[in-house]
Parts: sequence; C-alpha cells; structure tokens
Amino acid sequence: MEKSGYKISYFLLVLFLILMVMGINLGEVEAVLEKAISICLSCIGIG
Amino acid sequence: MMLDIRRWIQIVATFLSNAWLMFPFTRTIYQGKLKSICVPGLNCYSCPAAVGSCPLGAVQTFFANLRPSFATGNYHIGLYVLGFLGLIGSLVGRMPCAWLCPFGFMQELIHKIPSPKIEIPRILTWVKYAALVFLVVLLPIFVVDFLGYGENWFCKYLCPAGTLQAGLPMIYLQPQLRGLLGTLFTIKLIILVVFLLAMVFIRRPFCRILCPLGAIYSLFNKVSVFRMVHHPDNCVLCKQCYRDCPMGVRFYEGANQKDCIRCLQCLRKSCKYGAISYEVAGALPVEKKHPVKQT
Repeated sequence: MEKSGYKISYFLLVLFLILMVMGINLGEVEAVLEKAISICLSCIGIG
Repeated sequence: MMLDIRRWIQIVATFLSNAWLMFPFTRTIYQGKLKSICVPGLNCYSCPAAVGSCPLGAVQTFFANLRPSFATGNYHIGLYVLGFLGLIGSLVGRMPCAWLCPFGFMQELIHKIPSPKIEIPRILTWVKYAALVFLVVLLPIFVVDFLGYGENWFCKYLCPAGTLQAGLPMIYLQPQLRGLLGTLFTIKLIILVVFLLAMVFIRRPFCRILCPLGAIYSLFNKVSVFRMVHHPDNCVLCKQCYRDCPMGVRFYEGANQKDCIRCLQCLRKSCKYGAISYEVAGALPVEKKHPVKQT
C-alpha cells in the first residue's frame, strides 16, 4: 500500500477528532456521566 | 505455560474497565467522574465494577433522547461518543476487540473448553450490521413514547454482556430488584445462556454474529492507519492462519477483512512463510519488507 492510500485515514482521524471535540463542547461528556451513574434497568432486563 | 503479551493486555484491560472493587460493600455501581469516559470495548456501565461507560450504550442513549434534547435546546446527538469510536476505528480498526474488550476476552477463554469445534455460515457474520442499523440507530431514534423518548433497543432486548455483567450481579446485590424481574429478563437470560454455550463450540460467536460495536470498528479496517498486509507471492495456502484465527478469518483471501480483529495471532504464530505482515501509515515493519518464501 502506498502512503498516498493513507490520506483517507488522516482525513478520518481529523474528522472524528473534530466531532469528539464538538461533542465535548456541547456538554455531552456530562450527559454520558449522568446516564452512566444510574443503574440502567433496561440493560439489566427490567426496564 | 507462559501467557503471551495479548493475554496480559486483555487481563489488564478487563481489570482497568472493572476496577471498582468496593461494590460488594456499596452494593451499587461506581458513580465517580470516570464514568464520563467511554471504554473501547463492550463493558456494561451498569456492571457494579465498571469505572467507564460502554460506548454502545452511551450512543443509544443519545439517539433515544434526540427529540427531548432538541426540545430543550441541548442538541446532544452523540458526537462525543461517535467521535471517540471513529477516532479509535481510524487508528486501529477492529483491534480493540482483540486486545481490550472484556467480553471478547471471556469468549476466547470459554472457547478453550475441550469440545468439538464448529464453524458458522459466513452469512451470519452480516447480522451484526443489521443489529447496528436497526437496534442501535433506527429504532432508538424513531420508536418513541408520547414524550419523545426512545429506548436502548440493543441493550434492552439483546445484549448478553449487560445481562452477565450488570443484570445478574445487580439482582444479587440489590434483592429489591428481584421482584421486578419478568418475561424480558427471562428472554435475556436465555439469550445469554445460548451465547455462553455457543462460545464453547464456536469461535467468538457474539463478536462475529451480533456485536454492533465490532460492526462499527470493522467499517474502518480497510482505511485505518494500522493495516494488515497479505503477501500473496509468499502464501502457500496452508490455511494455518484460518485454523488459528479466533475469528475464523481466512486471511489468505485478503487482508483487512471485516472480521479481522488484528490480534496478530496469524502473524506471530501461524504463518511460517512471511505471507503476513502489518503496516502503520504505509510503513512496513523492517523485517517484513522483503519476506522470503520458505520451502
């Protein structure tokens, strides 16, 4: 594989890094925490 | 017998993902700040020992809450988790399945139980993409209650990891939950037992057939920075790579197939002919640049 075949890899890396930073800026880290510190009854098979 | 480096990393990753050892005393799940960080493997965040979040559960929650989130002006669509998954996928593709996923690790251990081993039809390996599209994306987004809230369909109706890691421990730790158990729990318990039995006879059945997280990572296998390389000139089609592969991948048919989890078993142990190597950003490891065919 030539190195030029990796342009897509670098593009995806930058793209998803930007998406992750956008999510962090939108406050999604706190949203994940809020959900994860409660027992998920659905996951257990109750809810 | 000495454990190889991958086994050690699997053990450490399993422990780090489940490092909250106070749960027998607190009798509930860890509720610290680390839970805001996703782990790369399938590890239910309602497991009493879990210290991180399952990315699959987290992304379903975002999709299920899309409408209320927009209604309240938060605009949470799961970019944090999708970015996290895409970042890992872009770097190493499906490698976390082999090295970091506690549920994958458990499947490999159970498969060591002596028994006749059977192979699954290849078409079953496409089911996980249907699970991803319908149970993780479409149904959580579009099937909503009158308030606009959806459900985590994969977690709720299918995920055997949740039943094993969270359901069973929590109903042991919190007896009051036992009164709430019903048909759904029975169905999920049956699914878990079926997969546990299948793990004895089939190589990583959950990863290959049903895991939507593996399905996401697999989309990056051909475009990730880390890639496997097949040298057909050196390949003698002995198929030892297929026999040793924990995912039943036929490497001799081409590198970076969707179910290759980059465990490197084929490279390190199976191939004696220099037909398998890997490259990082296009740079081959030096010793594999000019493989020599052995006879």
